Amino acid sequence: MKAKTVKARASAPLHRASKLWQLRLYVMDQTPKSVAAFSNLKMICESHLKGRYRITVIDLMKQPQLARGDQILATPTVVRRLPSPVRTIIGNLSDTDHVLVGLDLRAAD
Amino acid sequence: MRNNGHKPAAPYALLPKCPTGIQGLDEITGGGLPRGRPTLVCGGAGCGKTLLATEFLVRGATQFNEPGVFMSFEETEAELKANVTSLGFDLAGLVQRKKIVVDYVHIEPGEVQESGDYDLEGLFVRLNHAIDSVGAKRVVLDTLEALFASLRNEAVLRAELRRLFRWLKVKGVTAVITAERGRESLTRHGLEEYVSDCVILLDHRVDDQIATRHLRVVKYRGALHGTNEFPFLIGEDGLSVIPITSLALNHRASNERIATGIPRLDVMLGGRGFFRGSSILLTGTSGTGKTIISANFAQAAARRGERVLFFSFEESPNQIIRNMHSIGLRLEPLVKRDLLRFHSARPSLYGLEMHLATMFREIASFKPHVVIIDPITSLMDAGSNSECKGMVTRLIDYLKAGKVTSLFTSLTQGGHALAQSESAMSSLMDAWILLQDFEGNGERNRVLYVLKARGMAHSNQIREFLISNRGIDVVDAYIGPSGVLTGSARAAQGALEKAAVLASQQEAAQLKREVERKRKALDRQIGDLRSDYEGEALELRRIAEQVGTRTFVLGTERAASGLLRQADIKVSANGRSNHRNGKVG
Repeated sequence: MKAKTVKARASAPLHRASKLWQLRLYVMDQTPKSVAAFSNLKMICESHLKGRYRITVIDLMKQPQLARGDQILATPTVVRRLPSPVRTIIGNLSDTDHVLVGLDLRAAD
Repeated sequence: MRNNGHKPAAPYALLPKCPTGIQGLDEITGGGLPRGRPTLVCGGAGCGKTLLATEFLVRGATQFNEPGVFMSFEETEAELKANVTSLGFDLAGLVQRKKIVVDYVHIEPGEVQESGDYDLEGLFVRLNHAIDSVGAKRVVLDTLEALFASLRNEAVLRAELRRLFRWLKVKGVTAVITAERGRESLTRHGLEEYVSDCVILLDHRVDDQIATRHLRVVKYRGALHGTNEFPFLIGEDGLSVIPITSLALNHRASNERIATGIPRLDVMLGGRGFFRGSSILLTGTSGTGKTIISANFAQAAARRGERVLFFSFEESPNQIIRNMHSIGLRLEPLVKRDLLRFHSARPSLYGLEMHLATMFREIASFKPHVVIIDPITSLMDAGSNSECKGMVTRLIDYLKAGKVTSLFTSLTQGGHALAQSESAMSSLMDAWILLQDFEGNGERNRVLYVLKARGMAHSNQIREFLISNRGIDVVDAYIGPSGVLTGSARAAQGALEKAAVLASQQEAAQLKREVERKRKALDRQIGDLRSDYEGEALELRRIAEQVGTRTFVLGTERAASGLLRQADIKVSANGRSNHRNGKVG
């Protein structure tokens, strides 16, 4: 069962190659954490999803009402809106491996 | 000295409190939860944490005009609304009218990938936004510990929680934070470490197959509070913690007396019956007439126009009415006029707290003058002895505060000895009447004693009470050299005494006749003797006369012969002697 899931995930990136990735980055103000998260996310996307992604940065300081919709609890949080299913990663995204697993770009070891 | 002792109680020293509006809880906490501070409510699954929190918010919004925010980590908004609708809380309506905001915070455990450093600003933002959107004064976080399952970085989580509670204080909202009970600590994740102002522990445990909920204020910084475990229940209109009243002994005592409905019993109680607002215990073994005396009391009160609430834990209202009809008590018209109300329930129907709360509710809505509980011992099956005593204490306090006279019947198990369990309860009672069966001569007879009646002179004597189709009659039992006699023995003894009196009367008459006869015999004898005597006296006189005549004859003969011989001396001597006698006289 587990092996099957892993296999399916591994083949997923190829399958969705043509689709546009919609990512939302929720941050709280321009803190070092926020800045780090954005640059880390950008770097990962550039290397894995070049030309097929769009990042929307939402500052909860300015738009607190948006936190509820995506069940935001922690900041920074990245939410993959498309392709579905929705995936969520929290943190400043400094651990690239975890980000790749979280975004379904690489199977969990 | 005295003045100094009183100073700390001045109002300015008190913490501001935030009333919960929950029945009983505000009494225990002396006014509510600490205002502007977080309160931790912990307890096991299903013990009513969420409900307490919800009621705190709903009552805040409806009764105290304090809007609130409900941040739920476990149940969705729809679930919450549905859950509390059964308790009569219109959460949906309050949300619509912007009195309450419900925010469902959800992270599926394991679905979220963590990468690098983060904080919980998102949560703060949401909470802040929710609070500001309705101007909330109250906040509920239910159950914050769900985060421990969702987030793996415990160090961050703990730091953030600590910050959250500080932030809540700064924000000035009164918060209720619920948490699961831990094995060794109050909460599973040690939240009590962060929330130190007020901790309330809820408990739902099963003793003897009966579940009882308990509430305890473990800690309340800077305020006096009841530290006992108080039973509470979740009823039709939310939570109620018992006591509903305070446990202070300061109720006013009434001097008014009320009749028992049995004139002779009133006489035994100083002539005028019980004090209004007193608590009366009626103990006796099975079939001694406890319910009958209670019903009599109820009828007497209802006929005076007072409202009587009769809690029956053994018989249905219909059964009581029928049974009492057989002894001439007509309760039905009183029920129809709504002066007498019955409330019947099986003791095992639910736990003690539920019974008590139901009783409180009935009493509060009916506002009776007299409450009868028949029998209180049935409730003992629903809880432990100490619980029952605690319950009775609270009930009595509640009733006394409202000047309600209460009559408790108690079924004793033993034969003649007073059961031990009675002694614990009897100390709470103002009057205690003991009913007993007297067995002997192939019959059982009912007797009663007034064991105690505080504040009145009362009879210490045994009385027999008879139950007939005309009602109860209390009569003197026979107390004589052969002991206490009741029933037919008393009647037999009466007959025996009557016979004895008759016999002695007859004997006296007999004696009188005998004496009379003897007197007559004596009279007769006296008559005989007298006639004898008279005969003899007559004879004597006759003889004396004869002798006199003879002497005179002889004398004249002698004088004649003396004259003849000139004997004159004797005659002159007789004349001198008569002269001297006359002088002395």
